[in-house]
Amino acid sequence: MTLTNVVTLGLAAQTEGAQEVHEASGLISTTWLLIALPLLGAAVLLLGGRRLDRSGHLIGCAAVIGAFAWAVVLFVDMLSHDAHERAFSVPLWEWFNAGGYEVRLDLLLDQLSIAFVLLITGVGSLIHVYSIGYMEHDERRRRFFGYLNLFVAAMLLLVLAADYLVLFIGWEGVGLASYLLIGFWQYKPSAAIAAKKAFVVNRVGDMGMVLALASMLVVFGSTSFEIVFAGADGAQTGWLNTIGLLLLLAACGKSAQFPLQSWLLDAMEGPTPVSALIHAATMVTAGVYLVVRSAAIYDLAPEARTAVILVGTITLLMGAIIGCAKDDIKKALAGSTMSQIGYMMLAAGLGPAGYAFAIFHLITHGFFKANLFLGAGSVMHGMNDEVNMRRFGALRSAMPATFLTFAVGYLAIIGIPPFAGFFSKDRIIEAAFGDNVLIGLCAMIGAGVTAFYMTRVMLLTFFTSKRWEDDAHPHESPRVMTWPLWALGFLSVAGGLGLLYIGGGIVDWLEPVTGEEHHDLPLPVAVLIALTMTVVVLGAGVAWFMYQRRPVPVQAPAGNPLTVAARKDLYGDAFNEAVLMRPGQYLTRSLVYVENRGVDGAVIGAATAVGGLSARWRRWQTGFVRSYALTMLAGAGLIVVAMLLVRVP
Amino acid sequence: MSLLTAVAAQASETSTSSGTTGEEVLFWILAPLAVLGALGLVLSRKAVHGALFLAMTMVSLALLFLALEAPFLGVVQIVVYTGAIMMLFLFVIMLVGVDATDSRVETIRGQRGAAALAVLGVLVLLTAVTGRAALPDPIGTDEATPDGNVYAIADLIFGRYVWAFEVVAIVLITAAVGAMALTHKERVTRRLTQRELSERRFRDGDPRNAAGLPVPGVYARHNAVDTPALLPDGTPAESSVPAVLVARGAARPAEEFAEDIGEIGPHGQKPSGLQPQGEGDQPEGDATAGEGGPNDDVPADDGGADDDGARPDQDEADGGDAR
Amino acid sequence: MNPTPYLVLATILFTLGGAGVLLRRNALIAFMSVELMLNAANLAFVTFARMHGNIDGQIVAFFVMVIAAAEVVVGLAIIVMIFRTRRSASVDDASLLKL
Repeated sequence: MTLTNVVTLGLAAQTEGAQEVHEASGLISTTWLLIALPLLGAAVLLLGGRRLDRSGHLIGCAAVIGAFAWAVVLFVDMLSHDAHERAFSVPLWEWFNAGGYEVRLDLLLDQLSIAFVLLITGVGSLIHVYSIGYMEHDERRRRFFGYLNLFVAAMLLLVLAADYLVLFIGWEGVGLASYLLIGFWQYKPSAAIAAKKAFVVNRVGDMGMVLALASMLVVFGSTSFEIVFAGADGAQTGWLNTIGLLLLLAACGKSAQFPLQSWLLDAMEGPTPVSALIHAATMVTAGVYLVVRSAAIYDLAPEARTAVILVGTITLLMGAIIGCAKDDIKKALAGSTMSQIGYMMLAAGLGPAGYAFAIFHLITHGFFKANLFLGAGSVMHGMNDEVNMRRFGALRSAMPATFLTFAVGYLAIIGIPPFAGFFSKDRIIEAAFGDNVLIGLCAMIGAGVTAFYMTRVMLLTFFTSKRWEDDAHPHESPRVMTWPLWALGFLSVAGGLGLLYIGGGIVDWLEPVTGEEHHDLPLPVAVLIALTMTVVVLGAGVAWFMYQRRPVPVQAPAGNPLTVAARKDLYGDAFNEAVLMRPGQYLTRSLVYVENRGVDGAVIGAATAVGGLSARWRRWQTGFVRSYALTMLAGAGLIVVAMLLVRVP
Repeated sequence: MSLLTAVAAQASETSTSSGTTGEEVLFWILAPLAVLGALGLVLSRKAVHGALFLAMTMVSLALLFLALEAPFLGVVQIVVYTGAIMMLFLFVIMLVGVDATDSRVETIRGQRGAAALAVLGVLVLLTAVTGRAALPDPIGTDEATPDGNVYAIADLIFGRYVWAFEVVAIVLITAAVGAMALTHKERVTRRLTQRELSERRFRDGDPRNAAGLPVPGVYARHNAVDTPALLPDGTPAESSVPAVLVARGAARPAEEFAEDIGEIGPHGQKPSGLQPQGEGDQPEGDATAGEGGPNDDVPADDGGADDDGARPDQDEADGGDAR
Repeated sequence: MNPTPYLVLATILFTLGGAGVLLRRNALIAFMSVELMLNAANLAFVTFARMHGNIDGQIVAFFVMVIAAAEVVVGLAIIVMIFRTRRSASVDDASLLKL
């Protein structure tokens, strides 16, 4: 199958090179403030100690909101430049210079970066505000906000870096923040284990990143975007494919894509704002950012792009299927996240035809998924931290604000026009069809499954009958939590339309960075939309029949084999355990055995031998001067003998 | 000494002239003597005998040196070695205990056999080497010493070897100072005055001994220090015998000297023996050598402030003093 | 006269001195045995000096004597010291310098 169109690639590369990066001046040169503000917030909160316990959340919020405000200022400033002159490099300082390898700690603010910056700081601000209410009764709230600020700073560094190595700092920084926040309730063993799992799985991806960095050094002699992208044209396709695949591995780790998807579901052990911010809206999309940012490499690496498409397609279906079977509301949403990022990956793999849509969907997804997660958190907040949807039901009257915003998010994610998800997801499906019918069909089926599981979540939570625990007294969350919900709900409604049509829309906005191209579609756009909508309605209808028309048992039924498999994350953990963990353990055990018996044995044996010998030889040290004299005489005699032997011919 | 030189000179004269008689006779007389002395040193149980045997060997060697045209060394051998160094040895032997007899039991397991083996091995080795070597007849030092041996040696010592000589001088001085430093002992307590000692004697000791212990017996037949004096009642005064002799068992028993003097005491009774009576409380180990020699007990000879009459006091005082 | 008998005599004296050092516990006798060994060496020196017609050997023997004197002074001081503290002149008693 022809997943890529080689002819248009050359064009894309040309448009790619069209945008020149300007040295920043004026306001833009203060881009570093974006990172510095939350970093300062994190430092103050984490180093300030208990005296900040009462004001910590305000400091944390102020840092992020300040960063958001500054991002808006920079955005407006960018608008004053021409469309193709909106990329600015913000030189800070030379990080290190080792031989011919120089790394400058520079920032790159362009259309892609600012989109991310706005998403991260905007959604981040809302989630920070929401967390004030959500974490109100947690005595370590100050630390929570410190970690959140640390995350925001690292994420901003990730998207603003102008060098893969600097990007890697942010990459690891968000990994650290993710680890800290997943395991925030570290007294729960499940949370500690989930944090560890996320960390370990991410290490696999990071290895890909490190190897990609090393490969770049070999091929281009540098890791800076400028040099790498400029040199990609002349590099061997084999190397580009290698780098592309390694970057994909890194992206898979960070974005929970197949085959490194297993950590995301467990990561829901963290507080819900964390799930919303890190494991739905921002951090998990870093992989998509990485792929889109590396467009210059992927444009020239067809095999790597094919791999990206395959990974995205597999994950979007896997995530959707997993989402259908989970009773834990957060895990259902996590499966959904995997699936939606799969869409983005798929779009990113389509090349210039899909980059913009990947980012578009990423941003709308950031809106509505944060909305959904925060809504779920609000539900949990009102239901004594209950997460099992089979214990929810008929909550729409008990928490109307949550219901309404959640419903908006629901409509957005299943892609009902004119909600945000419709525009972004539909574009991806169209682009997928433009590339390959089979992939397009998968994406379309995925949309149907999405409709199914989201309808299921919606129905189980807010409709159907009450299946509450006896001591549950559902109530609406405080305003500090509902306001962010309203804001995100609004974005879920208007985000799609707004991004698509205001001022030429996000596609034009990103075009200087990502390039643009169109494929001929096998079917008219209207037919595709109609088909997609049909599938979506079909999925929603099936869910309505299964859950609204029939009573929902509190205990999960046995289910068919697919359900069982989906409940077990499609055996992702079992696979990891059987293929990686067990052999790894056997390997380590055998290595330990070899170490103990072989290496240690040799060392200890040598030590024992020396000890034994010295114990023997110690007997010679009698302390009797006459014994020593005897030895001396014998030695002198031996010397005489030796001299004679040498002399005598 | 001049006689020896003459003999040796004549011997060497004859040897150089005829190659047979004089020197060989001298050698075959002196060599067995030297070996005998060496054997005596190794085998004698008493150190003092060993020292005398060694002196014999050294004198023999000195004569051989004369025969070997080294009259200066021969004389130095006798004067310095046999005279000074052996005297020093004898002095230390006296200090350590002249009568001490060494045990012949070997205490280090295997030492004797291994030592015999090593010594025999070295002996065989060296004799084989020297015996088999075809050495030329000696050239003689006549040509090398036109003005005589002593002049030649002086030439060399103060000429070519002057630095070695100076270094050796420094070594000697260092050794002398080192020996003094080694044997020097800081006094940790104040030296008691004669008055204090006297007062303590009266206070702590037996008042009867305040004027000093009796001297050993002096008789027509015996004036040795190992014979106790007789008290006015005819009983032997053990306290008159030096404690060192008593401890060594060298004091004459009362029975023995009673036979010599026939009858003791006005009542015709013979002393039962030299048993400790009240003064015999001297610790044995202390007595063996602590007093530094047998002469210690002659009060007049001890020029020190310590009064030998007050022996218990003296023991206490000198125990710490360790003269 | 041929030097060989002198050398054999020196050898015998040297080994007898060595035997004394090895076999006798009395520090003084061991020490005197060392002196005997030195004397034996001196005899060999003097013999060779005569053999070669060169009195450097005698000079060496002279230095040996002087050094022996210094050695005796220090050695006897040490023996006296040891005897003073341990009441013994046996070299085997001074065997504490071991594990």
